Amino acid sequence: MSTTTVTAPRARLASYSRTFLDRHSSMMPTFAALLIFIALLIGAEMHFGNFLTPLNMSALLLNYAYLLILAVGMTFVIITGGIDLSVGSVMAFTGISCAKLLGEGYSAAVVIPAILLGGAAIGLLIGVLVQYFDVQPFIASLAGLFLARGLAFVVSLSSIRVENESVLWLQTTRWRFGEWYITPTGILALSVAAIGAFVLAFTRFGRTVYAVGGNEQSARLMGLNVARTKVLVYVISGVCGGLAGLVLTAYSGAGYPRNGIGTELDVIAAVVIGGTLLTGGTGYVLGSVIGVLVFATINTIIAYEGAEQAWTRIIIGLMLLMFIVVQRVIVVRSERRR
Amino acid sequence: MERPILELTGATVYFGADAALDGVDFRLFPGEVHSLMGENGAGKSTLIKAITGALQLTSGELRIDGEVMHFGSPHDAQEAGVRAVYQEIDLLPNISVAENISLGTEPRRFGLIDWKEMRERAHAVLADLGLDIDPASILGRHSLAVQQLVAIARAISTEARVLVLDEPTSSLDLDECAELFRVIRDLKERGVAIIFVSHFLDQVYEICDRVTVLRDGKLVGEYLTREFLRIDLVQAMLGRSAESLRARPRLHLADERSTEPFLSARAVSVGSGINDADVDMIEGEVLGVAGLLGSGRTELARALTGIDKLDGGIIRIQGTDESLGNPRSAISLGVVYSSENRRTEGILSELSVQENITLALQAERGVFRRIRPARQRELAMSWVDALDIRPPDLDRPAGTLSGGNQQKVLLARLLALSPRVLVLDEPTRGIDVGAKVEVQNLVGELADNGLSVMFISAELEEVLRVGNRVLIVQDGRILDTVPSEDLTADSLTALVARPEAV
Repeated sequence: MSTTTVTAPRARLASYSRTFLDRHSSMMPTFAALLIFIALLIGAEMHFGNFLTPLNMSALLLNYAYLLILAVGMTFVIITGGIDLSVGSVMAFTGISCAKLLGEGYSAAVVIPAILLGGAAIGLLIGVLVQYFDVQPFIASLAGLFLARGLAFVVSLSSIRVENESVLWLQTTRWRFGEWYITPTGILALSVAAIGAFVLAFTRFGRTVYAVGGNEQSARLMGLNVARTKVLVYVISGVCGGLAGLVLTAYSGAGYPRNGIGTELDVIAAVVIGGTLLTGGTGYVLGSVIGVLVFATINTIIAYEGAEQAWTRIIIGLMLLMFIVVQRVIVVRSERRR
Repeated sequence: MERPILELTGATVYFGADAALDGVDFRLFPGEVHSLMGENGAGKSTLIKAITGALQLTSGELRIDGEVMHFGSPHDAQEAGVRAVYQEIDLLPNISVAENISLGTEPRRFGLIDWKEMRERAHAVLADLGLDIDPASILGRHSLAVQQLVAIARAISTEARVLVLDEPTSSLDLDECAELFRVIRDLKERGVAIIFVSHFLDQVYEICDRVTVLRDGKLVGEYLTREFLRIDLVQAMLGRSAESLRARPRLHLADERSTEPFLSARAVSVGSGINDADVDMIEGEVLGVAGLLGSGRTELARALTGIDKLDGGIIRIQGTDESLGNPRSAISLGVVYSSENRRTEGILSELSVQENITLALQAERGVFRRIRPARQRELAMSWVDALDIRPPDLDRPAGTLSGGNQQKVLLARLLALSPRVLVLDEPTRGIDVGAKVEVQNLVGELADNGLSVMFISAELEEVLRVGNRVLIVQDGRILDTVPSEDLTADSLTALVARPEAV
């Protein structure tokens, strides 16, 4: 008698967890990232005692808004099974162009669309190379990286200060809620993430992104528009690069052609930590948001500790390693089930 | 007769200078199941691709419902109500069952995907097929058979007027096949025209109304199945008299079974795949293995050849205990394995025939003892001759050969190692009837030459014809080993299909 009463709920629990796993196994790495993020916050709070303050948490978003925007674009690209190495350079190019054009007296209403178009153009170039010339995404976007970096130096070899009010407004405005605050750049980054997540989950284009990452050939046979989708994800990533250029220029109050060297790798790291598989097919924008937060928190903790910045790299490296192993384990286990 | 729903006239497709399809006429009527038959390379898949928009006709006309159509892409064909389910499951393992069913025609509200409606629709279609699975679950977490049924669910989820089933039964077991046939009959009632391609003649005769036979890209004829004898069908497909293809009568081993088995396995277990298996493999004998999909037949083969680590039991070779820890040590003991997945675990389709044949031998000798190019060529050529690999062109990429010839290349690769034990997992899967018979005969000859061969196949008749003894596997256990002269196709089927409780 007692055994049945004990096993029945347990069996039900098991069947629930099975259903959940069958539906959401691909979210497990994202959950893991969330757990790590929470653990990091709790650990830091216990260690420093004054870490989890509204001011600190608000600054996370402010300081890493550009990274979040880039990560959203990168998530699209990686889900299709591609990679975009150009984002750091695109951000530098659009950032310095923004500062230069504003310095020459153009209004922000002209400059901002122009730099977004610039980012989109480089993205389009990479997308076309990948789709129609069958170039490996790694190589195509590497070409994009050099091109954008070169263009940035063509625009200016040194940093250019920005004095345009409306661009600086993006950064200096602080909307406060008690001790919390948010800047327009923060709102921008969060909106990009929200739109990205929405597009991936609820539009035909978004689902085609997953389909292409699952199996391009099958997606084509299903009658989906693979070519357009593959080009478009690089364009999206390029636009995100442009937006990040704007945000970073506003943040630092200047454009600088050497900005964002190596940023593409930070972005990829954040996206992977957030649970997006580099092989394509699975991933979530929300995961990338968490990935960026993990990345930002580690950076902040290191700064708090006063330790060398090198430690950030080492810790990020170790976490990446861990996540890639976790992902492999998941993939191998799901293969074994078949 | 009424007007055909689909009609091809003078359909011609060129690949470079070769005509893959040459002036073929084909018609399909509503509410019929029509089989497309022919050897590999006869032009079946080209015809199907032309119908489904995956490739375009070089010349000729395609009419749907009397109207001339040009399909530029699979999407166009789908718009016209032509849906296809391919042999290799072409679904996406990374997304949910419901999405796989409705991708491309998702229900949308205000331009956005309506997930709830999508799941309900999927649920309804799956229920139609008698499949009770969670539409929200990720496809990759289901078995291949379920995935195949989901592919069919996808095809019939929209208003399909023409449904192409290309080898739909190759990964299904008997019950699932019966289920599929029920679905096909149901669709037929509803007036859907179905093209059914299968290598299994039984299935063709069971389900199809008419059959169109192709050979070398040309039309041989269109026949009513019930008026068309099997032997005539085979003859039409092969274009030579069926007499010459009759399998050789199976060997009768010398009665004295005093010979020590070359390889003997005792109480072998691997995970949950195979339990407590005893196997004896005798030189000069073909040991047939009969069992359903998932019975453990592949696991058994992998365990005996060192691919998978044993969890228990021992393997003796010529009386001494050997640990076959990996395929390499197994090969050095003369035990070789040919996988059932020819495309993914066998042939290297980009490499030439010659490279494919000499690969394993070179690997066994090691990097530092390179086989001279001239010797390699000579060696490869001798196998191409011996196994009658066509076309006898050593430099051709192996992937361009037909399935049967690819299988022979794989056999040549293994035979070049001069093995003592040859374990063949479904060597005749997905190859045409003529090549099947050739492979079967080859297996027999190898055994006559003193090899010990394990022959695994889903086709029981084949196991019976080739094997001297038949090992029956069920649920990871070896049920029995029976000399094949004591078995008939019916009695073997009964044994294989026997419920567990016996």
